Amino acid sequence: MTTDLGFWTLQTLNALQLSMLLFLLSIGLTVIFGLMHFVNLAHGALYALGAYIAASVASVAGFWAAIIIAPLGVALTGVLLYGGLIQRMRKSGPMAQVLVTFGLIFALLDLTRILWGDLALAMDTPALLSGQVNLLGVTYPTYRLFIILLGGVIFTALALTLARTQIGAMIRAGVDNDSMAACLGINVERLFFVVFCVGCALAGLAGAVAAPLLSVTPGMGLQILIPTLIVIVIGGLGSLKGAIAGSLIYGFVQTFGAVLAPQLASVLIYALLAAVLVIKPVGLFPAKG
Amino acid sequence: MLELSAIDSGYGETQVLYGLSLTAKAGRVMAILGRNGAGKSTTLKTIMGLLPARSGSITFDGKPIPTRAFDVAKSGIAYVPETRDIFPSLTVRENLEIAAKRFGGADAEWTLERVVDLFPRLGERMDNGGMELSGGEQQMLAIARGLLMNPRLLILDEPTEGLAPIIVKLIHDKLQELKAAGLSMIIVEQNFGFATSLADDVVIVGKGQIVWTGSAEEIRADEETQHTWLGV
Repeated sequence: MTTDLGFWTLQTLNALQLSMLLFLLSIGLTVIFGLMHFVNLAHGALYALGAYIAASVASVAGFWAAIIIAPLGVALTGVLLYGGLIQRMRKSGPMAQVLVTFGLIFALLDLTRILWGDLALAMDTPALLSGQVNLLGVTYPTYRLFIILLGGVIFTALALTLARTQIGAMIRAGVDNDSMAACLGINVERLFFVVFCVGCALAGLAGAVAAPLLSVTPGMGLQILIPTLIVIVIGGLGSLKGAIAGSLIYGFVQTFGAVLAPQLASVLIYALLAAVLVIKPVGLFPAKG
Repeated sequence: MLELSAIDSGYGETQVLYGLSLTAKAGRVMAILGRNGAGKSTTLKTIMGLLPARSGSITFDGKPIPTRAFDVAKSGIAYVPETRDIFPSLTVRENLEIAAKRFGGADAEWTLERVVDLFPRLGERMDNGGMELSGGEQQMLAIARGLLMNPRLLILDEPTEGLAPIIVKLIHDKLQELKAAGLSMIIVEQNFGFATSLADDVVIVGKGQIVWTGSAEEIRADEETQHTWLGV
């Protein structure tokens, strides 16, 4: 099995697909952490909300409308959360933030139950993406390739925005040193709000594109939270490089672990996490050097 | 130009300033001197909105100063902190542009070219990362970044700290040039000679209050005050 090139290609694609999904989730969370030292555990619940909105919209307006409306809907939820809760919690320290946003997970979870019920929802892949493609001798679902491509496009867009634009420089400056950024006339609060909304939208997008792959259940937000947190701890807080590196490491270790050493698969990623914490506690590519 | 009256301020539960009052005049350089822990940096941070004043008032050009740091910056005050606070994720050019693009404009006095004329060393380091600079270069960058805000008042906290004597002299000469050009400045400094040779006016902070006010010549001649409050 392991001498077959097709096996490696297939598993590599699977790993990339998982990585990109995790990347969409972790990038928002890590930059919110990095920029404002805010711990938002409810990020996973926003992903679940994205999946629910997408499944509902897709059933009436189709897939493409769903993956546009779901991120917008989740971003709007982010605006409400920010105005109602997060802004007030900004200075209250990590412990209070963890408790409140942990509570928020259950509030959002019950909200999805009330609105959509307990049964799992399904979402169809669009006709354009529902076939299979032949890639390097492997037949692979087009939809999974689409997720890899989408992750790549979003990564590139974010990398270019951060590296080449003035708002990108402002975000990097704010992550480096928010007080000094403010002393240069940057409204760091407003910047945080924008970043928070973009992070929420990306979580919603991740939920929307994951919906056709997984069944949409109220618990999906909690299930994804731990992998996302592992990604940002391994990758290092606050940086795009950390989010993509952490996502790729998680995706490859998890995917190849599951097929090459199934007995070890469940502990492998935690062992890696522990190793990173021992060797480089700040993660591989933290924003603050 | 800048007037602090009866300011109380500090960090968390610790109060550092007790009713501190001072006036900095336009077109002049004021040095704030005092021993470690006297409250010099706290005074600057309170002006910049980085620490909230618990009581008292601060006015800038007759108007109450804003309470948030980014509004203070927009009102025309540039701050060069003790730790320089160069953004490590940004290149030298980006560190400068982040100020230039917000405060520049067609009629701006300070442009990227002009700060590079002032500190040619920065011109050679434009594409280096902020943390690849020496201490002296970081200080030049921090001052240049402040100037690109085209401020009406430049505030410097310990600009010579940790620098080699030759760099201290260079920074001194550059600040002297800025003074000659009419820029208003407030300088907090431990280096007595450096501060009094630049300043027109001097205040001494002791135990969170102003304990002495006068001119640079007067403090240079007043050995008793120097000994009592500065340990010179």
